[in-house]
Amino acid sequence: MQLPPALCARLAAGPGAAEPLPVERDPAAGAAPFRFVARPVRFPREHQFFEDGDVQRHLYLQDVIMQVADVPEKPRVPAFACQVAGCCQVFDALDDYEHHYHTLHGNVCSFCKRAFPSGHLLDAHILEWHDSLFQILSERQDMYQCLVEGCTEKFKTSRDRKDHMVRMHLYPADFRFDKPKKSRRIPSTICFGQGAARGFKSNKKKTKQC
Amino acid sequence: MWSRRQGRLRPTVCGVEELRRRRREREAALRKARREQQLVSKRLLRNDAPEEAGEGCVAAILGETEVQQFLRQAQRGTEEKEREGALVSLRRGLQHPETQQTFIRLEGSMRTLVGLLTSNQALLQLEAARCLHELSHSEQSTVAEACLPATSYLLTYLSSHSSDFIELCLYTLGNLIVESEAVRRQLLPQGIVPALAACIQSPHVAVLEALGYALSQLLQAEEAPEKIIPSSILASTLPQHMLQMLQPGPKLNPGVAVEFAWCLHYIICSQVSNPLLIGHGALSTLGLLLLDLAGAVQKTEDAGLELLACPVLRCLSNLLTEAAVETVGGQMQLRDERVVAALFILLQFFFQKQPSLLPEGLWLLNNLTANSPSFCTSLLSLDLIEPLLQLLPVSNVVSVMVLTVLCNVAEKGPAYCQRLWPGPLLPALLHTLAFSDTEVVGQSLELLHLLFLYQPEAVQVFLQQSGLQALERHQEEAQLQDRVYALQQTALQG
Repeated sequence: MQLPPALCARLAAGPGAAEPLPVERDPAAGAAPFRFVARPVRFPREHQFFEDGDVQRHLYLQDVIMQVADVPEKPRVPAFACQVAGCCQVFDALDDYEHHYHTLHGNVCSFCKRAFPSGHLLDAHILEWHDSLFQILSERQDMYQCLVEGCTEKFKTSRDRKDHMVRMHLYPADFRFDKPKKSRRIPSTICFGQGAARGFKSNKKKTKQC
Repeated sequence: MWSRRQGRLRPTVCGVEELRRRRREREAALRKARREQQLVSKRLLRNDAPEEAGEGCVAAILGETEVQQFLRQAQRGTEEKEREGALVSLRRGLQHPETQQTFIRLEGSMRTLVGLLTSNQALLQLEAARCLHELSHSEQSTVAEACLPATSYLLTYLSSHSSDFIELCLYTLGNLIVESEAVRRQLLPQGIVPALAACIQSPHVAVLEALGYALSQLLQAEEAPEKIIPSSILASTLPQHMLQMLQPGPKLNPGVAVEFAWCLHYIICSQVSNPLLIGHGALSTLGLLLLDLAGAVQKTEDAGLELLACPVLRCLSNLLTEAAVETVGGQMQLRDERVVAALFILLQFFFQKQPSLLPEGLWLLNNLTANSPSFCTSLLSLDLIEPLLQLLPVSNVVSVMVLTVLCNVAEKGPAYCQRLWPGPLLPALLHTLAFSDTEVVGQSLELLHLLFLYQPEAVQVFLQQSGLQALERHQEEAQLQDRVYALQQTALQG
């Protein structure tokens, strides 16, 4: 298929519309038995017209269509240790360190050292577990916010919120990032040692002391 | 973009012929699936380091005891490296459907895996997620549906900060989404759409590509036009962000653009709320992208640009049928004649590399020219009639579409037909009249009628070149008779 040489130049030049030639239709044009009518055509999703393009799309998804280049090996660096106090994990790949940092040290509660997957869940935790004003307010109004992104419902108790998440959002009843605050009180005079979480039971892995 | 993905198995033992044969097989299977409206494809993301893959192509199938053992080791082992190693072994075994079946039938296995997924130990978490990903890729519904207990966590982790992990979760979710309506009925109330919408702010290209994939799977669902698109998608900021991903410029990433272009196609061809998209500037964004594609096609030989061109063409073509296009003026409308130039460059590219996409390109040309004297004039002034005619021999479908576009031009009146004849058009028509396909001949007759009406001088030449004999061939054909007769009368009287 030969294209006129000026076409590429036209593409590279600025925008513009052609001044249209005068339109002048004769009624005999559409007279029977002729039936042509100029009209834009629309195709719905499942139309057979789309078969070829759809098949190519799916071949691509299945990775058959492209000769894919080798995945470059993870770049290795000289071994280094995590700089966070109390953590001695050693890494030789930056990706591994990035993931470690975000998982273990990223969204960590400064009060109880629990780690959370996102800032949003950490904020909710701090509010509900460590903010005394929250406790006071929650006696008078619905303060427990639904944890599902995009849902603005609030509840009187964390139990009510859990019920909502289970019923409306089909969340598991034992969702790990919504543990109910345990009511066991530990006298503040008891010390469990440097860096340990307050409490008798710790869910998190003990970090090595260096 | 294209280079990040690895094939299922490294094709070290397969030659080129074998690959071609597999591709033909897959293509046939996909065609069959599409005709049965069961077109489902999943994406597998494997990042095996070269050393691992070197130990023979494929890992062994694991039995029940071994699966249990690995799970126990991962859960209760003392050394972190040992625990991670156990999960790696499990993951390799899960590449096999048999191991997958064994795994899901084992009581408590998914519970253990979810426990590892949500542990605070980064590398265990990652390996557990990879195991889930393998399971999500299964073609057996029971295996994929066994992953349902993990979905709330996969969604939660989408707002974490580790881009590799988010990418893995997205591909896993994308695979699960496409599995069955049952899975989607859980994911939608769990907030998958807002969770995906939040991911679109990520600066990481790999995350965006994975997000586009997951979203495209959601939008491809059968119930999407009624249950997903109107309520969730259009209510969110996703459409505007999708269009942003498609804006041409240095930041455009082809892999990301492909996914979002397909997302847009599924939304647009559902015809739920196209005026809204036009209002967001979809036409001008896609038009500019088309120009960009034509430019790229001229520079690079390959790189799979047709994978992006196809959905862009579809989106533009379908959008042009909306009434909103006519009423909303100014920059919302597509008027730039560079679009026609770009389209022809793409048509040439398809002609050489992917002829099966020619109909889609010509569909856009039809929709551009049908109601637009300006675009019809562009076809003439840019000398594009002859290249168009060169497409006639490709196939009957292509012939009909070429002739339809020419009719779009001719029906605008004498000023247009004067530029169509004299020229290569009449000989081409005499040639298509010799075709046996009724639709091709029918469209040729329509075009002849318009040509005779607005450019009567053409009749004489038609007669001189045995036009009547060409017509006679079809005078018995039921669908063509009336028109053949009418043209014969015109020719004889003229």
